[in-house]
Amino acid sequence: MTTAEITRSIDARGMACPGPLMTLIGAIREGQVGDVIEVLSSDEGSKTDIPAWVAKAKHELIEVTPDDGYSRFVIRKAR
Amino acid sequence: MLVVTAQGYGRQGYAMGTDDRLSLVLFSGTDDKLQAAAVLTVGAAAMARPVDVFLQYWALDAFRADRILKDHGVSPEAGPEGERAMRDQGKTHWSELFRQAKDLGQVRIQACADSMEMFHITTDDLDPLVDGIWGVASFFMEADGPVTFI
Repeated sequence: MTTAEITRSIDARGMACPGPLMTLIGAIREGQVGDVIEVLSSDEGSKTDIPAWVAKAKHELIEVTPDDGYSRFVIRKAR
Repeated sequence: MLVVTAQGYGRQGYAMGTDDRLSLVLFSGTDDKLQAAAVLTVGAAAMARPVDVFLQYWALDAFRADRILKDHGVSPEAGPEGERAMRDQGKTHWSELFRQAKDLGQVRIQACADSMEMFHITTDDLDPLVDGIWGVASFFMEADGPVTFI
């Protein structure tokens, strides 16, 4: 588990690609720099798409944890 | 954060400048192909690539304001089972994905002038997602890389 305090948690399980990523992008846009956002996604595409987008948009991927049928991503809004 | 560049990109504050434009020609007007095209567009926009979408023939017809949300069927290869699989997945409608893509990045959706004439329609007949009308030469003036045809 991460020690970062979660600012906002998004349960995007069951959403089809690219829903979870779009939801994360929306949350990042609404949030403040330093916010830590948790996303739960069962979409296979998220496993590569969320890290790719976070790197491209220059935020910080704190943690990726595979769980039973889904993955948990923790992202810090860096700018 | 608002970043203004020479090209006017960068509403999201991405590092800009080296990204390649995605140039999509949409010909097919079935929901499966429009769905796939919308996913490509929103993905490219998320990754800070400018996108031009050029609507011809049946794709243009699908963007008509009075029928954009109607059932446009699927490609013949889908078959009943394929269509069920697609509809059951609970995907966001392609028109909404195009809307999100335009909100996210530099995405232009342009109607082919020739197809507009073929259908005898004007921009008033089209969904507001469509930015305007281009001739094919205008499209190629902007498309400086490969063109994807769907």
